[in-house]
Amino acid sequence: MKAKIKVLQPGLYSSIQDLGRFGFGKFGVPQSGVMDSYSAKMCNLLLNNSEEKPVLEITQMGPKLEFNESSKIAICGALINPKLNEKAVFNNQVIQVKNGDVLSFGKLEFGCRAYLGISGGFISDIILNSSSWYEGITHQFRLLKGDELFFNSSSTFDNITNSGIKVKTDYLKEQIVPVYIGPEFYLLSKFQRTDLLSSIFSIDKKNNRMAVQLQEPLLNELRPIITGPVLPGTVQLTPSGNLIVLMRDCQTTGGYPRILHLSEEGINVLSQKLADDPIKFSLLNP
Amino acid sequence: MSRQYPHFTTMGEKAILMEFEPEISEKTLKLVLNYKNSIENNLSQPLVEVINTYNSLLITYISTIENVYDEILTLKRCISEANIGKNINSKLYHIPVCYDEKFGLDLQLLAIQNMLSVPEIIRLHTTPIYSVYFLGFLPGFLYLGGLDEKLIISRKSTPRLKVEKGAVGIGENQTGIYPKSSPGGWQIIGNSPVNFFDKNSLPPSEYKAGDKVKFYAVTMEEYLEISQEISNGNFQLKVENYES
Repeated sequence: MKAKIKVLQPGLYSSIQDLGRFGFGKFGVPQSGVMDSYSAKMCNLLLNNSEEKPVLEITQMGPKLEFNESSKIAICGALINPKLNEKAVFNNQVIQVKNGDVLSFGKLEFGCRAYLGISGGFISDIILNSSSWYEGITHQFRLLKGDELFFNSSSTFDNITNSGIKVKTDYLKEQIVPVYIGPEFYLLSKFQRTDLLSSIFSIDKKNNRMAVQLQEPLLNELRPIITGPVLPGTVQLTPSGNLIVLMRDCQTTGGYPRILHLSEEGINVLSQKLADDPIKFSLLNP
Repeated sequence: MSRQYPHFTTMGEKAILMEFEPEISEKTLKLVLNYKNSIENNLSQPLVEVINTYNSLLITYISTIENVYDEILTLKRCISEANIGKNINSKLYHIPVCYDEKFGLDLQLLAIQNMLSVPEIIRLHTTPIYSVYFLGFLPGFLYLGGLDEKLIISRKSTPRLKVEKGAVGIGENQTGIYPKSSPGGWQIIGNSPVNFFDKNSLPPSEYKAGDKVKFYAVTMEEYLEISQEISNGNFQLKVENYES
């Protein structure tokens, strides 16, 4: 049976995400999917869900949610002081909820994005093989006050959970972002390469599910390239020297030199960064 | 710096990029598409996606590539087996466009800057058979090549916050149709009532790289009629088989 969650407050930017759309890039459709795939997968693992089950991605400020059916939930990723009926609950644990319970969040302690998983996963329209919300593809792209979220209530009570597993949290405060060289890295001068790989950069205010811009520019004389493929993790260098890291909702093609590419772990680390946070790239391959 | 083509690099842990001569041409497109076909025929489809742009193929895997060198060898074998002279089977779509002033917000600007009359612009825009190089930028947005040089015009210095769905625009030497309303910097000369993307169909767009597009002018009256037919589901787009 479909059970409901009432959205009393939506939080700053919350959306249902799974592991994204695969195979529709040729139509210009972004991949989307959870920004920090590690936390989302751990959330599902704790609940004994398969890893691709839809979770609620919560950004900086948490929503206030009322459950109308019993279930088990788990929260991973950023620590936003979760509370159940005003009583503190903890990240990375399985939490039992009952009809009428209200989940809320407090102050953000560290990280940027938290993931709320529920036994059996959230139920949201599957469009182009994925439930990930994206403007223009799914019926909505962010949670609004008064919305309803759905989950499967069938016999979740005695489900086996994996509450014993240890979830890593150190990467939430990590400054080092592992990267590979990108297709146009070879065009950079020795000076640019040194600057790129030894400087500390800070996250710009312009950062969302589509891209994260860095504040410090790189001296640049490279011209745009013929429009080519890009992916989440691609680091673009604009003519004015801005570094733009493409994230999960990015377009499928772009015309700026692609100088680095974040590893999957690098994307997860960057997903947990706030404006002004420092980062440093670390090259994985020689 | 000189390079050998095709050139292989990785893009992260799940994708291999294959690049060809950095040029925008029908010849390169045909080469890229023949290689693409060969790779698609040889690799298991649901686990791999091949996307092309003007001079690149991006081969994306659903999971981490275990041995990049082995995978590149496989791709090299695929392309050595490709028949690069082979004609590309594609479709030619006849797309109605209304060049009425109500839609063609930048028609006058284009007319003045390029010293053309509006009927001349319409004639120049509806004459060529355009090639779909690839889809990108927005879901269902076709990158079309083949614009008449007389119609080349630079993008707006400040993009519009909202370009209407169906808007037909020109940006430098490219022309295209906005499949949904979006911010955009192209000069807008008309609007097409045709849908280029439907998220509820599989595949969500019937257009693919290598297809051809030819525009034909319709009056405002015809435009409204076609729009009505499209919403009733009884508009028949004129499509022909095309070999190039």
